Amino acid sequence: MRVRFKLNGEPVEVDVEPNELLINVLRERFGLTGTKYACGIGECGACTVLLDGEPVLSCLTLAADVDGHEVVTVEGLAKSGELTPVQRAFIEEGAVQCGYCIPGFVIMAESLLRENPEPTEAEIRDYIRGNLCRCTGYVNIVKAVKRASKYFKLAPPGS
Amino acid sequence: MASRVRPSPINTMNTHIIPVRFEYFAPKTLNEAVDLLSRFRGRAKVLAGGTDLVVQMKVGRVRPEYVVSIRWLRELDFIDTREDGLHIGALTKLRRIEKSDVIRRGFIALYEAAKAMGGVQVRCMGTVGGNLCNASPAADTAPPLMVYEARVKAVSTRGEREIPITKFFKGPGKSALEPDEILTEVMIPYQPANTGSAFLKVARTSMDLAKVNVAAAINVREGVVRWARIALGAVAPTPIRALKAEAYLAGKELGEDVIARAAEIAASETRPITDVRSTAWYRREVSKVLVKDALRIAYGRAVRG
Ligand SMILES: Cc1cc2nc3c(=O)[nH]c(=O)nc-3n(C[C@H](O)[C@H](O)[C@H](O)COP(=O)(O)OP(=O)(O)OC[C@H]3O[C@@H](n4cnc5c(N)ncnc54)[C@H](O)[C@@H]3O)c2cc1C
Ligand code: FES
Ligand code: FES
Repeated sequence: MRVRFKLNGEPVEVDVEPNELLINVLRERFGLTGTKYACGIGECGACTVLLDGEPVLSCLTLAADVDGHEVVTVEGLAKSGELTPVQRAFIEEGAVQCGYCIPGFVIMAESLLRENPEPTEAEIRDYIRGNLCRCTGYVNIVKAVKRASKYFKLAPPGS
Repeated sequence: MASRVRPSPINTMNTHIIPVRFEYFAPKTLNEAVDLLSRFRGRAKVLAGGTDLVVQMKVGRVRPEYVVSIRWLRELDFIDTREDGLHIGALTKLRRIEKSDVIRRGFIALYEAAKAMGGVQVRCMGTVGGNLCNASPAADTAPPLMVYEARVKAVSTRGEREIPITKFFKGPGKSALEPDEILTEVMIPYQPANTGSAFLKVARTSMDLAKVNVAAAINVREGVVRWARIALGAVAPTPIRALKAEAYLAGKELGEDVIARAAEIAASETRPITDVRSTAWYRREVSKVLVKDALRIAYGRAVRG
């Protein structure tokens, strides 16, 4: 079946099977391999994308269900080659080890800061509790979100 | 004891695809949706947020021939305050429930339950209707709705009917809905003055289903409990009300001895099993602790107003 949606700002069309998952369509049809598959059952957050601006799990979303809607993956955050404050902060804090979980954390950090530009540490940790990282121990990830929130304050997105 | 616990099929059967073929429909209206369900006579599954159903299809536990996606049926996504109570559309996301001031102020146990579910992504997908219709004994929205004596509305081509939430759960994965019915809304009566409520949950991690969850609501006049309601999840084939403990509490002053006795009685009303999440023994012991704490918190909220 034909599915039309907006992907990282561009209108796209693709034929999908009813039982195809969004994550597989993103990775295999559009080559957007930033979105990662790990647990496949909603536990780890590696596959998080924004659907109509809200963070959802692409491993539990039927591709058919995004018809007429808007999807943003980690590839769609940086505009014209410039990193977002969140992406910069992750690099500066060394919040990345193997990197597999990071696209999910970056999407969550973007989403958190849009909702709540000055989160406390407890609010940050609660917001990312659906994302697992097997390497970092989360300390630098939390630091990166805090640093990004300072950048956000200086230059809110869209300014 | 642990060796008798079978591994969950979720860990052994899951792959990165859905190994089930089905036809997909995305009706634009509720009428269209119930027409489809009546046409497919039990061979279709309703898809809301998909956080339960897609996992079940991925491991092959559920194999529908048709999937009727109601995910974007906006007419079932609302939180309305009406004369007879609060009406919540079945497709209202848990995230919206958790952010609703009306719910946090008037129905705090439901707020506490929604906030305790999964992570943000699961709550941006999962709906209250999906949580109820999935009919897990551990469903977190069930105990609050049971102590508030909510009712749900079900619609099919044959018409609509109301079901008290206390009659909705029939067994693990089984609700009172017929296969051609769609749950459309949850109705919660306003709670009288001097009522307090609370929800508590014990789980392995902040992301997991409950080992035990408990909600309590208490109405107090001049230091005396006029009525108390207690509901527990994950300790029986369905969420349950602890009716004997409730009867014991009515008319009593809520001292520590009364709280302890009520918790003993409530625990004796549970029928827990041992599974991957917990042992039956632990569930019964923790039920007592959660009932005590929930009663204390609900009482405090009732007297502080
Ligand atoms: C990682 C993770 C963590 C979770 N944590 C929790 C938790 O802490 N507590 C908890 O209680 N649950 C938890 N869940 C389970 C799930 O997220 C909730 O039960 C959620 O509310 C289900 O809603 P849904 O809209 O996604 O339902 P779906 O998966 O779309 O549907 C669930 C079932 O209900 C039926 N259905 C849905 N809507 C209707 C309707 N309106 N009318 C008729 N039938 C309908 C479907 O056919 C299906 O059988 C978790 C799930 C995941 C993946
Ligand atoms: S791959 Fe989707 S949550 Fe783990
Ligand atoms: S950096 Fe390796 S899993 Fe997070």
